[in-house]
Amino acid sequence: MSNSKIVTLDDLELLKEKGLNLIYPTKTKISVGMATCGISTGAREVFQAISEEVQNQKLDCVLSQTGCLGFCQREPLVDVIEPGKPKVVYAEMSYDKVPELITNIKNQKIKNEWMLCQIGEKYSPRLDGIPFYKDVDFYKKQKKIALRNCGFINPDCIEEYIAKRGYFALHKVLTEMKPKEVVDMIAESGLRGRGGAGFLTGKKWQITRSSKGKIKYIICNADEGDPGAYMDRSLLEGDPHSVLEGMLIGAYAIGASTGYIYVRAEYPQAIVKFLQAVKQAEEHGLLGKDIFNSGFNFEVRVNKGAGAFVCGEETALIASIEGGWSGPRPRPPFPAKSGLWGKPTNINNVETWANVPVIIDKGADWYSKIGTEKSKGTKVFSVVGKVNNTGLVEVPMGITLREIVYDIGGGILDNRKFKAVQTGGPSGGCIPESLIDLPVDFEKLTEVGSMMGSGGMIVMDENTCMVDVAKYFLAFLEDESCGKCVPCREGIEKMREILNNICKGEGEEADIELLEEIALTVKEMSLCGLGQTASNPVLTTIKYFRNEYEEHIINKRCPAGVCLDLISYSIDAEKCNGCGACVRPCPTQAITGEKKKLHSLDQEKCIKCGACYETCKFDSIIIK
Amino acid sequence: MEVEELKVKKRIKKYNNEKKALISILQDIQEEYNYLPPEALKIVSKSLDIPLIDIFGVATFYRTFSLKPRGKHLITVCLGTACHVRGGPKILEEFKRKLNIKAGETTKDMRFTLETVACLGCCAIGPVVVVDGNYHSQTSIGTVDSILKKYRKK
Repeated sequence: MSNSKIVTLDDLELLKEKGLNLIYPTKTKISVGMATCGISTGAREVFQAISEEVQNQKLDCVLSQTGCLGFCQREPLVDVIEPGKPKVVYAEMSYDKVPELITNIKNQKIKNEWMLCQIGEKYSPRLDGIPFYKDVDFYKKQKKIALRNCGFINPDCIEEYIAKRGYFALHKVLTEMKPKEVVDMIAESGLRGRGGAGFLTGKKWQITRSSKGKIKYIICNADEGDPGAYMDRSLLEGDPHSVLEGMLIGAYAIGASTGYIYVRAEYPQAIVKFLQAVKQAEEHGLLGKDIFNSGFNFEVRVNKGAGAFVCGEETALIASIEGGWSGPRPRPPFPAKSGLWGKPTNINNVETWANVPVIIDKGADWYSKIGTEKSKGTKVFSVVGKVNNTGLVEVPMGITLREIVYDIGGGILDNRKFKAVQTGGPSGGCIPESLIDLPVDFEKLTEVGSMMGSGGMIVMDENTCMVDVAKYFLAFLEDESCGKCVPCREGIEKMREILNNICKGEGEEADIELLEEIALTVKEMSLCGLGQTASNPVLTTIKYFRNEYEEHIINKRCPAGVCLDLISYSIDAEKCNGCGACVRPCPTQAITGEKKKLHSLDQEKCIKCGACYETCKFDSIIIK
Repeated sequence: MEVEELKVKKRIKKYNNEKKALISILQDIQEEYNYLPPEALKIVSKSLDIPLIDIFGVATFYRTFSLKPRGKHLITVCLGTACHVRGGPKILEEFKRKLNIKAGETTKDMRFTLETVACLGCCAIGPVVVVDGNYHSQTSIGTVDSILKKYRKK
């Protein structure tokens, strides 16, 4: 494929034209969001139905796909683009809606009720009363830098990435800038690592760059293990070239000619998309020898993880790439001095790499104007849990939690009461309602006992038990602790045992103090980040929700109705109308009763599975 | 299941017999046999000149490897934080009850293996259950039965 090699700026411009024609063709285009979240909700069936129906109805059109536009809850999303008109985005599509969709397109009709928004303000609206993308509550306060292309381009197509100025930053770097200038620019931008700790990216690059040694490596950490966070998956699936371009720029700046990406095994589609991007970049001469005739060589290897949370820790990740399982090791030496196979190694997270090309393209000044004094730019969060609008959002640093939960997230599910938002994964903490006006940045989240982490934001309501949440995280960490150092291995287990007892109603008053004592020991004595932060969920829930602990311990009650040993199910005599819907789903035949008469629930037989609660449409199942 | 030495060696050769490729080799073997048969691990140990104990170290450290044969259908229930607060544990309980096995076990007829995962990254549409690579979103106690029915026939 030597004829498709990109060597000059003209070559790039040519492919940009080609890409623009693919994104905005001269005839109707239908595009389906096919990231994992889309596929989980049926995007594959929708895509299949569209390709069949287009043939049936003989519609002359282009069929394509994109990544995730962020609003995962409303997936599958289908875009319809007509030349010279704004793009129409349909939400919650299913295969049975497809025949009508195609008929409508043929008749130039738009189905109002299916629409999420229209995109392209430069055109006159296709339909009055339907908001433009930037006016939709979910998107209004967002500013997309890392996610700039996700949901807008076909991730399988390098030309579409180039159409969005992809690889222009790489060209600029390789033909106009010295490596040190690149490092300085990233440093000036104030970009900090998006993987958790928030170390200054430019500084990290500088350290690796100035470390002694001819051979240096860069690594992209895509072992996104924090449960509840999935921005790296979405980026790799929706815009893999942005990550690859970031890595190329970083490698040039640091002086590396080999890069690795370590993707967790739980993300099969991300691996496929990234491998494909690597292949395309190789075919176009953007990976390999003498890229852009600059003398710079770079190759990328893809490593698939095997399901170990601790491998997100940089020294454990390096050990895993080397083929073993040694787990974390003490630092120093930091990988920047001695990393992969003992060579200086720079590790950055997926989202960090994806920001790099934009900073080069638009300038450090532009980037550093976004965000707060010490936390520059934007951050991607996964807003999930008990909130109305769930999905991936990218917002400027400094936005308040309230804006994220209520303005973007649309408030709490079923109008229930907000209780907490959990940030930072198992290393983070639970932030209570009293702090909901907290501006979100690295410093503020740490001040309140949580942390930024990789950006998970799990919203919890009055039906979430905070003791159970603390127990959940400890059970997770107990499982994932590599067992190398004693405080982490033993401390987490002991804390989890105490929490187990509290949830069973066997807690004692001294347990809270004991938990705090163990938590502080684990925090101070553990070897790596996993143990050092493992206490955060316990400490923050005790700090902000002590009353819930006390309810469990003293009154043997779980106020949220979660801890099975402390609750019972019963039927509300005033609300039950005897519809009988709950009788069949009950696996133990605990519910009996004649039609249209009050039903009864046998406590002896009830296993508290929740099947009746889920079925009852009249809120007549009481959990107490 | 019979392990053919040549087949395993071919897999190892794909990675130029390099020690650093151990995890990838084990992943390939698991893909072939659905688990890591002890005979295959012995062949890996000899070919790569890595003590068997170290290979078991790797195989037991990483969650995705299984040393026991697994069923025809692999059910993975996500227990990530978002799935947890939306009822993931109840979904797991329902699968356990319906299949009469614990998490990590396989039914006697070798039809289903039940596993849990810490997060699948589909947090916006939880609780999520994956069967043989097919994702089921926003599951409830009530949908467990229909998911099982679909795969009981296959």
